Amino acid sequence: MIQAAVETRDLTRRFGALTAVDALTLRIETGEVFGLLGPNGSGKTTTIRMLCGLLEPSAGSALVTGLDVTVAPEQVKQRIGYMAQKVGVYEDLTVAENLDFYAGIYGLRRGATRARLADVVAFLALGDRLGQLAGHLSGGWRQRLALACALIHQPALLFLDEPTAGVDPAARRRFWRTIHDLARAGTTVLVTTHYMDEAEQCKRLAMMSRGHLIALGTPAEVAAQVGGRGGTLEDAFVILQERDER
Amino acid sequence: MMPRFWPMFRKEFIQMRRDRLTFGMLIGIPVIQLLVFGYAIQTDVRNLPTVVLDESRTPESRDLIAAFENTGNFRVVTHVDGRPALDAAIARGDAQAGIVVPYAYPRDLARGTTATVQVIVDAADPLSSQAALSAAAGVAQVRNLAILSRAAGRSIPVEARVRPRYNPGLRSPNYIVPGLVGVILTMTMVLITAMAIVRERERGTLEQLIVTPITKTELMLGKITPYVGVGLLQMTAVLILGRFVFDVPLTGNILLLYGVSLIFIIASLALGLFVSTLVRTQQQAMQASFGFMLPNILLSGFMFPRQAMPEFAQWLGLLVPLTYFLKVVRGILLKGVGLEALWREVLILAGFAVVLIAASVRRFRKTLD
Repeated sequence: MIQAAVETRDLTRRFGALTAVDALTLRIETGEVFGLLGPNGSGKTTTIRMLCGLLEPSAGSALVTGLDVTVAPEQVKQRIGYMAQKVGVYEDLTVAENLDFYAGIYGLRRGATRARLADVVAFLALGDRLGQLAGHLSGGWRQRLALACALIHQPALLFLDEPTAGVDPAARRRFWRTIHDLARAGTTVLVTTHYMDEAEQCKRLAMMSRGHLIALGTPAEVAAQVGGRGGTLEDAFVILQERDER
Repeated sequence: MMPRFWPMFRKEFIQMRRDRLTFGMLIGIPVIQLLVFGYAIQTDVRNLPTVVLDESRTPESRDLIAAFENTGNFRVVTHVDGRPALDAAIARGDAQAGIVVPYAYPRDLARGTTATVQVIVDAADPLSSQAALSAAAGVAQVRNLAILSRAAGRSIPVEARVRPRYNPGLRSPNYIVPGLVGVILTMTMVLITAMAIVRERERGTLEQLIVTPITKTELMLGKITPYVGVGLLQMTAVLILGRFVFDVPLTGNILLLYGVSLIFIIASLALGLFVSTLVRTQQQAMQASFGFMLPNILLSGFMFPRQAMPEFAQWLGLLVPLTYFLKVVRGILLKGVGLEALWREVLILAGFAVVLIAASVRRFRKTLD
């Protein structure tokens, strides 16, 4: 059996009285683009943060690229890339300085850095912007820079938390082309989104509501779950969520 | 060893240099503080504005008033004709002292009975009134001795000759400026590091940073190291200004001073790091830093001598790094003493640095909760 990129078992996180993620069991295969859908507060971000080692689970377990995040968080961190909802690039550094910094932090060796930086810059077409301050970039370009920083160490697994929020449609489309390119090259991508057109592009989806799964499968399977032929993903999303909240 | 320290250091250095406002403040604050404190804090009270009521108007009374003025503590601003006018002048604040020479003064003096002179002092400000009181007593004493010895035909039997060492002019700046080095370093170093980490948390870059394999030690050391240079620059600015504007002597070994200051700077930065692990927002960081700073300034002996404090306060003073640094910096600058006299303080400062960094690394979590 091929190793799963992510495998959680009863993964749970409580904040005081609130259970943000409730016994989530999920398996994400290596090399797939996996979408995590759900309304605000359904536990998507908390899930991703637990998988990245940013939050400790209250219960349950999570294997990321075969490693237990609670046991070996630092090794997991070397293998994953993460783009937070609030893009975390340094606005007072230039594009090149941001990239240099993350290359150094991920421990790329001097010689390797140059080649790898050139690759990433070419891949995300950042070449013309290297000297610009990140704070002067538009939303779309800033998000590309954040992606470049998250990719600099060639992670096997990429976590994207609402990467296209506040980005114009053309930039969004370009961003998704990039995601597919990455997947083709063997990177596993876990992405959360609000946009149904983006959800459609995932190989498989998980829908969350109030911390637990309400649907899992390919976009077509999820759309079919609420019965009724010709039902769209959006219909399924709305109906399943309402059903869950009742 | 710590391969990710250098990228962190480089990044922090670029950000510091690029943030013109902060960088300007880091150098500007010490200069402004030095000038303000250096000029304003004068514990030696001189030139107290004085009102004179001379009822006798004789050469003897004028002679006496001149003696008062010659102490340098009194500066006659006005003469009045009656007691009510004198009281009013002090009440209004036009004068802080009043000298009343009674009508009978020259007569009593000539007869050999005790001649009285009244000195009225506005004691609302204890420091200045104390100086006035002792100066007034001094004037009388000197007169008495002169008259008595003349009468007895012999010189005075005992005289205590006080020789103030290390600061022969009894100048406040000599005491204040070396202390200011410590105060300014404490203020800026603690605040700047406390803010530096919390700012990353607020901007969301910390989340991105702790999802990388950087270790806590690399993160913290990379963060504070660029500011060591700032601290040394600040200190140099204060010393140069102190030397040329306030004539503060640089007696001892300057290299030793820089060595010890380096340790003190690291301890202060470490204190800032520790503060940053206790707070969540820049606002809190600023408040907490001031919270740590106040006891440093009040209890360390920067303004008020520690010997004058109640025992409990003296004890508390031993818990703040500035107390030790003040002893070192005054020792080196004013007394010119070396490591053989100061090694205990140096060791304690190093201890502060190590313990605070270790505590910060321990408290810092590479998670968001």
